[in-house]
Amino acid sequence: MGLFAIFVSAILVNNFIFSRFLGICPFLGVSKKIDSATGMSLAVIFVMTMAGTISWMLNQLLAVMGLEFLKTIVFILVIAVLVQFVEFFIKKTSPSLYEALGIYLPLITTNCAVLGVALLNVQNNYNIVQAIVNSFASALGFGMALVIFAAIRERMDNNDIPAPFKGTAIALITAGLLSMAFMGFSGLKI
Amino acid sequence: MADIKNLTNGFIKQNPTFVQVLGMCPTLAVTTSAENALGMGLAVLAVLVMSNIAISLIRKLVPDNIRIPVYIVVIASFVTVIDLLMHGFTYDLWKTLGLFIPLIVVNCIILGRAEAFASKNGVLDSIFDALGMGLGFTGSLLLLGSIREILGNGTIFGLKVMSETFKMYLFILPPGAFIALGLLLAFFNSLTLKKQKKGGK
Repeated sequence: MGLFAIFVSAILVNNFIFSRFLGICPFLGVSKKIDSATGMSLAVIFVMTMAGTISWMLNQLLAVMGLEFLKTIVFILVIAVLVQFVEFFIKKTSPSLYEALGIYLPLITTNCAVLGVALLNVQNNYNIVQAIVNSFASALGFGMALVIFAAIRERMDNNDIPAPFKGTAIALITAGLLSMAFMGFSGLKI
Repeated sequence: MADIKNLTNGFIKQNPTFVQVLGMCPTLAVTTSAENALGMGLAVLAVLVMSNIAISLIRKLVPDNIRIPVYIVVIASFVTVIDLLMHGFTYDLWKTLGLFIPLIVVNCIILGRAEAFASKNGVLDSIFDALGMGLGFTGSLLLLGSIREILGNGTIFGLKVMSETFKMYLFILPPGAFIALGLLLAFFNSLTLKKQKKGGK
């Protein structure tokens, strides 16, 4: 598959949230304000690209040693360490961004989108360039979905919603409608 | 002492899916049919019970600072075991669930119970807690899976229950997952609200 095809398909056609269902927890949790959604998206884009690349390399190493069955354990450890490292790095270089991201940074470890992209790269037998493009584009698609959804939710605060639907229920139905819109991309021929 | 309350808590009062809204990714992704939902639920149940036992046993040995990485490694090991077992014995199911079996590692329910319960309680209590939460999760998944299969395909566990013309494909597709879960959540919310009103009077 060409790089452009991978890029477009990861952002639109196989959007991580609306068609693969990866990373729903932060999608529902961090989407109440556009500011925090943007911060979270940026952090996830960085961590996912790094994690996708590093885990791809480690998988080559595991394959040489014949230990591929250990990949889940190795990947999750890499992600946990990476998130910790990113946390230190942002804290040192840009304290204001660190403040803004707050609790969301450590939470990236348990974002299934990050582990998901690492496993998908391996599953699809991507080479290193394809893996990097796929990781970056998937994260971009995740970020885009998160920001769109946060914008809708900010507006929804002013609307009169029936009591039982308040909170997560209406958010899920909104996500369903958005997902329907994104299904329009599945006919795309690249 | 072991308390039966720890078991029943997870069924309804603290139901992981509908009350705590945890573990949404597998809930939405694998509930295209009742069978897949049941398979996923049981896999999570097995990992949850084993990890709760292990973590409850080592809870006094693990230093506080590094407890989360330790828990994650314990959980990841059990997930790998389940992954390989399912590959060996239920190959078709393993293939349909695909990516979501290794992703049990990052299911918030499991780490959540390890942190909130198993790290503070004895082995027997932890087993009860894991069974309760796991069964609650399996039940919710099965409910959502059955509803989606009936509405989307007119079948349940592959058996025909609706006429040939009754098929709303939307419910098998991704948007249907969001909408079905949203409606179910609203339904349970309305039940709670009614109860609260009655209690208030």
